[in-house]
Amino acid sequence: MAELREAKEPFRFHTRLHLTELTGFKAGTLEQLLFLIKKVPGSSIYHHTHRFLQQHQYLSPEPPNDFAYWVTEVMGEDELGEKLASIDTIQYHAIRNLRERIVFTIDDHLKKSSSAKLKFSRKDEEFCFMKSVSFIVPTAYIAVNLKQFAETLEKVTFDSIYFHIFESRLRLERSSNDFSNWIENSLGDKKLANDISRFDPYTQTLENLKKILIRIVKKRIEE
Amino acid sequence: MAQIREYIPIVGQSVIEDLQLLADRLRGKIIQHINSTAVGGGVAEILNRMVPLLKELGVDTRWDLIKGGEQFFEVTKKFHNALHGRKESITQRDFDIFMDASSKNIEEVVITGDIVFVHDPQPIVLVKKKSDNKWIWRCHIDVSNPNQKVWNFLKEFIGKYDSVVFSAPSFSQPLPIRQFLISPSIDPLSDKNKDLPQETIDVVLRKYGISKDKPILTQISRFDRLKDPVGVIEAYQQVKRYIDCQLILAGGAAVDDPEGIEVLEEVKEKAKKDRDIHILLLSQNDIEINALQRASTIIIQKSLKEGFGLTVSEALWKAKPVVASNVGGIPLQIKHKYSGLLCHSIDGAAFAIKQLLNSPEYAKKLGENGREHIKNNFLLTRHLREYMLLFLSLYHQGDVVYL
Repeated sequence: MAELREAKEPFRFHTRLHLTELTGFKAGTLEQLLFLIKKVPGSSIYHHTHRFLQQHQYLSPEPPNDFAYWVTEVMGEDELGEKLASIDTIQYHAIRNLRERIVFTIDDHLKKSSSAKLKFSRKDEEFCFMKSVSFIVPTAYIAVNLKQFAETLEKVTFDSIYFHIFESRLRLERSSNDFSNWIENSLGDKKLANDISRFDPYTQTLENLKKILIRIVKKRIEE
Repeated sequence: MAQIREYIPIVGQSVIEDLQLLADRLRGKIIQHINSTAVGGGVAEILNRMVPLLKELGVDTRWDLIKGGEQFFEVTKKFHNALHGRKESITQRDFDIFMDASSKNIEEVVITGDIVFVHDPQPIVLVKKKSDNKWIWRCHIDVSNPNQKVWNFLKEFIGKYDSVVFSAPSFSQPLPIRQFLISPSIDPLSDKNKDLPQETIDVVLRKYGISKDKPILTQISRFDRLKDPVGVIEAYQQVKRYIDCQLILAGGAAVDDPEGIEVLEEVKEKAKKDRDIHILLLSQNDIEINALQRASTIIIQKSLKEGFGLTVSEALWKAKPVVASNVGGIPLQIKHKYSGLLCHSIDGAAFAIKQLLNSPEYAKKLGENGREHIKNNFLLTRHLREYMLLFLSLYHQGDVVYL
């Protein structure tokens, strides 16, 4: 039974709480947007590609990044908006690579569409660049085997799930999400680690993500 | 007054545990809030709820008020309007009155905080007392397009603070200090937002002669031109041509708002022939406001400018369909056609109200989505967390902080 296997190292759940810092940079055209995307800190790119995940924990009415939303809803550039929304964030292991992909997508569109350069947003609808300041805090929750791990997943906040799945991988540039890392390296369960790292968390709400994680782990315990 | 554990059924045990984790890291620090009024308006309302909860979490939190006479508050009201972008004639005498009162406050207010948290422009000059402690300026006003004369005057003081906090991204300005986005919040357990039995709602409706037999449109706001109460009456009149309905305009008055009575008279004048318009001056009667919101078919917030618009959060928390202007912090709360309808004009507001009155299922869905959005993002517990993170940010540099 998988749940009886003790981990070499216990898994300490952390949580990530964040503050939003305003940069003062604002874009009113696509060219300004492109210029500023190249210039702003990585934490700003991170913020605008991940904010939706935490704001809409239960349902997601917006495209999954702020650039896509603004380009579509304010600038009326649906095609570019779709391209930005469908960037496969899970493929990128560092913010700089994600930024390059966004820059390429907008730049390519501006080269092909001369009318896109002529559009201006209303003054009160400019794109305001922000950035995330993350505070990483250890919680009291620890798991030493899969059974405890599944039980603890039920108790921790969405912020904690978010930290271990999204932030640690992309922002802290770890090779995989924390759960898969621990399950593979400390519990030696490569199959379960792969099962968790294989699905795309960016197309899930955090509520769904939590349910899926618990289901996968419980299923493995029963095997 | 609710205790922190009473929020667990609403937000969950782990959210409260996170608050305790942060509070533990603020042990030994004194937080001193300073503003100009203990009652009336959003700032006092939030502090009245927040200060006891921070204390309960173990954060040594104090709240002091500055003083100011009638002239001072007339000037600060003009500043308030000018910062919102309204045309105001600001003279040197206004600045002199402001500085005279500020000098007296500098003499009288005792600074005890390791972190001094100053709210809005009225006490802004106190930063002259800054020593080796940390100072935050919290701007609750929509300064996306401020009167430059007033903004430049204030900027001299803002630059002396360690950080500034705005309620919406568009309020951000080029400044030499760190700027944070923290939205205000509502307290789901306060008299204004807690669940009410139907009989309490009925008693309030009977008291004010409001019928349950026709739709009720309501705007809850101070009587302030920036809330456009006259515009609300005009929108109602457009709707009334096609759908028989009632309008409630209800609000209180704050000590630092001398213009309120004048606006109330203008509104009464505009409404006088229509018995379906109910103008109610409610002074700090939160249960009645709660009851009126819950009895409403649609809530309106047709502000011309808005610091944040907490009345929108209050309405959405009660799962009410809302028609509101696309200004200030309102678009953070309402995603158009998803959690409410946004408008830019009186005609637009009237059209949106008619749409919702004619499509009750759609209106219901908007209200339900709105409630979920408020639960996730605009409750007091989120606000407490962000304020504590803000305090901690004063002692840590960088974008990733390990606590």
